[in-house]
Amino acid sequence: MEYTFDLEKNKDKLTEYKDFLKMIKATNGALMPALQKAQELFNYLPKEVLKIVSEELRIPLAEIYGVATFYAQFSFIPKGENQISVCLGTACYVKGAQAILEEFEKELGIKQGETTSDLKFSINEARCLGDCSKAPVVMINSTLFPLVKKKDVKKILEDLR
Amino acid sequence: MKTVKLTIDNKEIEVDSSLTVMQAANSVGIKIPNLCYDERLDIFGACRMCVVEIEGSKKLQTSCSTKVRDGMVVHTKTEKVIQARREILRLLLDNHPNDCLTCEKAGDCLLQDYAYEYDVKFRNHTGKIRDRYIDDSNPFYVYDAQKCILCGLCVRVCSRLQVTGAIDFVNRGFDTIIGTPFNDGLINSDCVSCGNCVSVCPTGALMPKSKEKFRTWEVEKVKTTCTFCGVGCQINLLTKDDKVVGVEPVKNAVNEGLLCVKGKFSFNFINHPDRLNAPLLKEDGVFKEISWDRAYEIIKEKVDKYMAENGPDSFAGLSSARCTNEENYLFQKLFRAVLKTNNIDHCARL
Amino acid sequence: MDKNRLISIKEEKRAKIIENLLQNDLIELVEDKVVLKGDYYKNQLRIALRNCDIINPFDIEEYIAFDGYLALHNVLTNLSQREVVDIMKNSLLRGRGGAGFPTGKKWEEAFTFDADQKYIICNADEGDPGAFMDRSILEKDPHSVLEGMAIGGYAIGANKGFIYVRAEYPQAVKTLKHAIEEAKTLGLLGKDIFKSGFDFDIELRLGSGAFVCGEGTALIESIEGHRGMPRPKLQRTAHVGLWGKPTIINNVETFANVAPIILNGAEWFRSIGTEKSPGTKVFSLVGKIENAGLVEVPMGTKLRDIVFDIGGGCQNNKEYKAVQTGGPSGGCIPKEYLDVAVDFESLASIGSIMGSGGMVVMDENTCMMDIAKYFLEFSVDESCGKCIPCREGTRRMYEILELITEGKAQMSDLEELENLAHVVSDTSLCGLGQTAPNPVITTLKYYKDEYIAHIVDKKCPAKSCKPLITYTISDKCIGCTLCKKNCPVDAIQGELKVKHSIDIEKCIKCGSCYEVCPVKPVKAVEIY
Repeated sequence: MEYTFDLEKNKDKLTEYKDFLKMIKATNGALMPALQKAQELFNYLPKEVLKIVSEELRIPLAEIYGVATFYAQFSFIPKGENQISVCLGTACYVKGAQAILEEFEKELGIKQGETTSDLKFSINEARCLGDCSKAPVVMINSTLFPLVKKKDVKKILEDLR
Repeated sequence: MKTVKLTIDNKEIEVDSSLTVMQAANSVGIKIPNLCYDERLDIFGACRMCVVEIEGSKKLQTSCSTKVRDGMVVHTKTEKVIQARREILRLLLDNHPNDCLTCEKAGDCLLQDYAYEYDVKFRNHTGKIRDRYIDDSNPFYVYDAQKCILCGLCVRVCSRLQVTGAIDFVNRGFDTIIGTPFNDGLINSDCVSCGNCVSVCPTGALMPKSKEKFRTWEVEKVKTTCTFCGVGCQINLLTKDDKVVGVEPVKNAVNEGLLCVKGKFSFNFINHPDRLNAPLLKEDGVFKEISWDRAYEIIKEKVDKYMAENGPDSFAGLSSARCTNEENYLFQKLFRAVLKTNNIDHCARL
Repeated sequence: MDKNRLISIKEEKRAKIIENLLQNDLIELVEDKVVLKGDYYKNQLRIALRNCDIINPFDIEEYIAFDGYLALHNVLTNLSQREVVDIMKNSLLRGRGGAGFPTGKKWEEAFTFDADQKYIICNADEGDPGAFMDRSILEKDPHSVLEGMAIGGYAIGANKGFIYVRAEYPQAVKTLKHAIEEAKTLGLLGKDIFKSGFDFDIELRLGSGAFVCGEGTALIESIEGHRGMPRPKLQRTAHVGLWGKPTIINNVETFANVAPIILNGAEWFRSIGTEKSPGTKVFSLVGKIENAGLVEVPMGTKLRDIVFDIGGGCQNNKEYKAVQTGGPSGGCIPKEYLDVAVDFESLASIGSIMGSGGMVVMDENTCMMDIAKYFLEFSVDESCGKCIPCREGTRRMYEILELITEGKAQMSDLEELENLAHVVSDTSLCGLGQTAPNPVITTLKYYKDEYIAHIVDKKCPAKSCKPLITYTISDKCIGCTLCKKNCPVDAIQGELKVKHSIDIEKCIKCGSCYEVCPVKPVKAVEIY
């Protein structure tokens, strides 16, 4: 998906982000918190923002890109307003989480790792959300949906629309 | 210096206690194969080719990252070790294009050498191979991800020795490649085209863009000093049929195996038809080739003439950064002591 | 803050909490000890989970009410660093993160190594799918971890601690942040704790979704702001760790055990569990089990007791098939080993590992090849890609398992799988790679006949691998049309009250027909 970062629209967020960088700049190992904050603020890691990180923290851009592509939580396309994480941990897997994931994919017409064109939803498979006794579980933003069944998917999505 | 005694392949040796098993083995001429080790860099431990058996430990140990201990008994060529190395090579070949016939690196490729040494062959399989990704945006060299074994030497040389940090590992696991930010290509990265990554690449993943076609076994290596500046970097000119077709840095020299873009890639001018090979003398508006002896004679004649007519300060000397310190010293000596003038300068001051 | 204040908070709060819990019928008092009520808890012994579901994690005073921070006070005011290290060594507490390295010995390594700065790290990057012990402790009893870290910090001479916690645990992050602030406010963290001259601060660092960061050196790389690629161990992290300084990494559950050991003594701890693995272990009992949840029992408890007495056996009266311990690094334990004692040595002897404590129960409908494939896929996804055997080898293993579960494999593939398993395990750089083949190695050991059934007979005995099963409708069909209505691809034909049939060309083996078939006791939809 092509997506251009709107500098004008994100002006306030950028100011906030730059202040944040100034604050953490001196701490050891500031890169991870810097990327986490960027992902949180902008919902993805825009090129423009990573360039600011590189300048502020004095870390080569290649290294930053290397780190950002290593960790699953960082993305280079905007995540949806509603971030759906379908847990595929063992407990959920043996209880049919794969089918739940497929149902979300079918309903939204996107694959895991993608975002709907209206930026409303994105789907990700998650690695064990640690709620195994309520498997299969789905986390949307920070709300947890326990004991999800395939037929619940439609309803869950409707409530969010 | 504290030393320890240990046994490697039934050879009892005494070495500095700070050495690794690999360094200790090397010091007595026992070569242990490796694809990611470089004595100039921190231990990386990725290729696992240097595994050895150490008595008393159940698992194989990588000799690059195991320190010597007193009484240690090491075996570098047991069946278990050889089997492990063969399997590692097989895993690499499973994900490597079978094109050694036409690969420019053939003959100088560490992967090829080891595959030959350990008798590992390409095999057919239906599994996944790494996606095709070629970055040929840089004018001097090209990266081919499919030939890359991810030893990380290029990344580490770029960040630790060249201190540019233009490339890094991108993605994770099986999908890892060596890349530039946002895969925008080397030309858009911080790359300074020093080519030190190309020099350390053990396979054909990073190759110079060559104007000439040649096989690595056809070239003769001529060791010389790079003439671009006064540092004195040692290089091997790769020559074929009296033509320079490539340059490689010499490792045990002042430049420690490193070069800059000029030393590494600027050699095509050597074979250029416009290049001067002999002194020229302009007579009646036309340049004519003369001998060096004749040239010196003319210089001497003219110096004597103008010295008599106008004195020492009618001379000025301008020296070049491509000369060594010693040459520059001699040059100013010539002007000050022989020509008796202080009119001497150097292009680096410009 | 001083001891008197701790005691007065304890006396004031404790009775109130107990009274409240008793009123709500959540606990009972056994020999003056608070125990959660119910059969599920009856056979448990909770040390690491001692306060979980009893105290309010957002109120430090409730933690103090149950002897919280008394151990830290004792350590800082009465014991030397050496003495603390010795108590931990004598307790024989072994790391609860998986490898089981003796904690006291680890601390001693860092304590005796001279350096201007040392660090202590809590590994809260619990990533084993199917395990959530650490998450519960972090969310329900964060101070037990903070106190354990402070004690460890004092013992080794570190005044700075880091908690590396998974980003997937937002609630744990919130709880920890709050707990650290509260502890700072009361002077239990920060400068000159209990006027002992000892300073100790804890900082949170978040993971960003990389399982391999649970590996010590990868975790350090991550905190330093790099790709989480493990380092070769030329030097011990206890000597050269975070930013090149001596560093101790223990996991959440290990830290949660520290304060009780200091308070009750090493002897007490050793009286629980087995000789070589003293104390208790928390397990997350999940999968196809009746009572899923966290279980803390003494080491050496029989697997049968955990699965059946506490867990209540498999759901829907299905037959127990196996339990997977240790997640993707572990192995499965079949029926014949149900009486194995669950401790580090016994599990290793049958090819599995203790791991961090995940226990996923499988029943007769679980295909072990599918499970092995699942774990291998996990390892392929989570491999950092640094070393060749793990990056390339796990992928090839996964591909063979794919062929097997699709019925496309040959017996030679099985040999290759076994061969690869040993190479990857023998030559990989870090724990992830070295243990990634375990699910394959154990299933090959205990379920070779199932492998052969997949390869030779092209059948999945558990009737789980889609390409190897067919759905048919037997004569028991009453023609209710339910299956026909539910079939997503219209593969079922049949009139009302007439026996239906499935067009196997169209059938996508989704199982909807089987699920809805109302015929009892044996369904009319059959799977072959």
